[in-house]
Amino acid sequence: MATAATSPDEGLPASPEAIVVRFAGDSGDGMQLTGGQFTLSTALAGNDLATFPDFPAEIRAPQGTLFGVSAFQINFGSRSINTAGDAPDVLVAMNPAALKVNLAALKPGGLIIADTGAFTKRNLDKAHYEANPLEDGSLAKFDVLAFDISEKTIEAVKPFGLGNKDALRSKNMWTLGLALWMFDRPREPIHDWLKAKFKSKPDIADANIAALDAGHAYGETAELAGPMKQVSMPPVPSEPGLYRTITGAEAVSLGLVAGAQLAELPMFFGGYPITPASAILHHLARLKEFGVTTFQAEDEIAAICAAIGASYAGQLGVTSSSGPGIALKTEAMGLAIITELPLVIVNSQRGGPSTGLPTKTEQSDLYQAVYGRNGDAPMPVIAARSPSDAFEVAIEACRIATQYMTPVMLLTDGYIANAAEPWKVPDPASYEPFPATFLTEPNDGENFLPYKRDEKGARPWVKPGTPGLMHRIGGIEKHELTGNIDYSPDNHQRMTDARKGKVLGIAVPDQEVALGETSGKLAVVGWGSTHGPIHQAVRRAREKGCSVSHIHVRHIWPLPKNLGELLKSFDHILVPEMNTGQFKTVLRDQFLVDAQPLTKTSGQPFQIAELEAEIAKFFDDIPGNEGGQVKVNDQQLPSPEAENDQ
Amino acid sequence: MNAPAKIETTLKDWETDQEVRWCPGCGDYAILKAVQRTLPQLGCDPAKTVFISGIGCSSRFPYYMETYGFHTIHGRAPAFATGAKLANPDLDIWLVTGDGDGLSIGGNHLMHVLRRNVNMQIMLFNNEIYGLTKGQASPTSREGTKSPSTPIGSYDHPARPAAFALGAGARFIGRGFDVSKNLPAVLKAAHAHKGAAFIEIFQNCIVYNKDVFDDFAAPKGAEDRQLWLEDGKPMLFAKDTKGIALNREKLCLEVVDVTDGDWESAGVIVHDVSNRSVAHMLIEMPFGPFPMALGVLYDDPRPTFEDAVIAEREKSSAGKEANLAKLLGKGQTWTVSGTAQDPI
Repeated sequence: MATAATSPDEGLPASPEAIVVRFAGDSGDGMQLTGGQFTLSTALAGNDLATFPDFPAEIRAPQGTLFGVSAFQINFGSRSINTAGDAPDVLVAMNPAALKVNLAALKPGGLIIADTGAFTKRNLDKAHYEANPLEDGSLAKFDVLAFDISEKTIEAVKPFGLGNKDALRSKNMWTLGLALWMFDRPREPIHDWLKAKFKSKPDIADANIAALDAGHAYGETAELAGPMKQVSMPPVPSEPGLYRTITGAEAVSLGLVAGAQLAELPMFFGGYPITPASAILHHLARLKEFGVTTFQAEDEIAAICAAIGASYAGQLGVTSSSGPGIALKTEAMGLAIITELPLVIVNSQRGGPSTGLPTKTEQSDLYQAVYGRNGDAPMPVIAARSPSDAFEVAIEACRIATQYMTPVMLLTDGYIANAAEPWKVPDPASYEPFPATFLTEPNDGENFLPYKRDEKGARPWVKPGTPGLMHRIGGIEKHELTGNIDYSPDNHQRMTDARKGKVLGIAVPDQEVALGETSGKLAVVGWGSTHGPIHQAVRRAREKGCSVSHIHVRHIWPLPKNLGELLKSFDHILVPEMNTGQFKTVLRDQFLVDAQPLTKTSGQPFQIAELEAEIAKFFDDIPGNEGGQVKVNDQQLPSPEAENDQ
Repeated sequence: MNAPAKIETTLKDWETDQEVRWCPGCGDYAILKAVQRTLPQLGCDPAKTVFISGIGCSSRFPYYMETYGFHTIHGRAPAFATGAKLANPDLDIWLVTGDGDGLSIGGNHLMHVLRRNVNMQIMLFNNEIYGLTKGQASPTSREGTKSPSTPIGSYDHPARPAAFALGAGARFIGRGFDVSKNLPAVLKAAHAHKGAAFIEIFQNCIVYNKDVFDDFAAPKGAEDRQLWLEDGKPMLFAKDTKGIALNREKLCLEVVDVTDGDWESAGVIVHDVSNRSVAHMLIEMPFGPFPMALGVLYDDPRPTFEDAVIAEREKSSAGKEANLAKLLGKGQTWTVSGTAQDPI
């Protein structure tokens, strides 16, 4: 039975507005699966949510070790949720290593649920614990619920005749069952999912269902005093419609499919396995009926080159990778730029340099995206702010690529790629189509000029196979109209100017303010996945009376035309980024503004409190901000959309 | 290639208005003419023909062909060609590469385009030197080649293009040289082969590696040093006075004398283009004791990559509807109705 090591404090509030739960265990314990299913049931219960999967680069790191800990955090609430939450309220620790690695993040007074069955001498040693933390009083400032989940799981699945080792695999389902009970979530969707997953092994499905139900029943019947009580979380009032959960990788894939349809083009996707970008290849490989060809190339270079070859032949070429792979593709991007062929390059950024942090998030490829090519090689860059936003941004990338005959880089990151959030399923018919056009006849009297530009500065797209329009293109500088080799000085000057002018002339919506006024003391300027935490931090600072606005930039290159003026209407500009200050440099360069960096490169997303503390430094006169000290508070405030409709 | 409707053209129709920029006397001129002469004979359609190249002297080839052309980046032409072919399998693709482009920087892509068997003709101009960068030793340079980067002679062991191609899984290996009158026949056979057809063309770089192939390509005494292979014909050379036989004890080829045309009793073997083992031995025959094997060394088609991709796409799409609205709303979803979700 329970061996709660500490006296229960107040425990969790019976009806909080938001709660953060972190499931942590060995990388073989199935924590990502547990988290994913808990997310699904939470979404089905109508709560808003954001998740943060945090797992090691090793597939199966040695069992029980600190570096093998895999965690999945979910923040869910009856209010709009923008981040995965700063500090967990509940930590589920499946072994000593999981406890050790994640304890520091837990809120004081938070609840620990631990499997005593895994707190063996051997596992304690592996986690470098000298004494059992469940017993030595070191967890006094937390609520602890410790009981033998392993044993209870084995009991629950006994009727199915599984050996202990196999039985223990259902431990995560037992734990999930308990979590479902704690937060009053339905079990049926998980039952259905297990039946589908183990369709060919009904025994395994039944065993897992039994474990899930046993965990749930444990909560129900053993309803303990103290922390073990049910928390009710009413659904978020949201816009009517059909909803689902979506990860960034799914959203990018669906957005690309939608973008290709809006461009009325078949899509060719060239990819090469790399974390965290591979998921896009996996999704698209199953969508062949949408005119998608996926090609797993021999390397990153071949992946982009094949995509360019497909664009040359008249399809929408797409390639995707992460930092090191993007570096390999760089030369080919230059070819797409000079031959002016459409191409979408998705970069799911991760920590760098080199192999860096394959499974952790960072925004440190911005220089690479904007500046990182030989020669003057301008290329549009846009960034997604969240998993669901990645759908919109992918469509926008397809639009720019095909309308302007240019490669486009779409930046997401490891956090966006893996994180899930509820998504109101959009109606494809609500998007304005942007059909691609192919030239089939001479465009200059009786002559054909492959580089004669339209009013947007784009050259015509001609499919090989078109009679009478045979022509040659390539990476050598070419004549401004005929496309024939031309190294002459004036021509190169004009072609460089034309390529630059075309990209700078791309129609980008005016920059709006995400939250707050269009002028004031401080603008917090972000891009990409920092949107959620910045947004919440600005929101809180505003509630305290700070004159601070949140500006979120989607179009990194070219920047919105009014951005400079907008920034100049603030006394201070703070640019939080998960890098050493790359966007800050771009803003300073483009607008000569005193953009101040706030940087983080720990592989973890920003916490709201970190940003709030930094904002507070600009408002020493406001009570509660002295010296940038702010209280950690994870309660998420209502969505800003209520204030700034954008 | 597939056999689409034949188009009437002349050599002139395949020439561009661009001034050819190779060095005077370069072997590339002869190859260009051989190709421009061959394509009308094949009835090819310039609008459906695409020349794709990498970087190097040979890779300027597309600029001189009145077809579609894509001069890409160093070593990567096979990848561009693969993408183009998958996007439009009706295109007749010719890939032009060199020993540096195809075997050094682009060795990985050449290997994969061959093993995947993407239907195209791959012409590798082998001049055993880097020409466009002014004469450095290349991966096919013979040991001892003196060059700016190997002033006292190169010391790395050369790659053998045809052996590389066969090892990578190529199903067609042809060999010729720039000024050979037989080159068009090899090009035609390559074009007729459905799949990746690899043609090694020995090409004389008159500036940096002049006459390096003269030992077998020079007109004088050529019949003694060239073995032109023909499917179903005995492997004879030196005006039919010599032949290639199989030494059955050592399992290797040997040169035998043929008297009065009686090649059968001399044990000369008949060329079977589909015999991969013999193709391997022909490719590896050391020049000197043996003649240089030329012509179609190997030709044994298997299903192409693009056909497999199309088949997989059809299989994967079978019975599925391309309905985007349905796709977006797939999976476990929930509906928020207008009234039930009152704000708390």
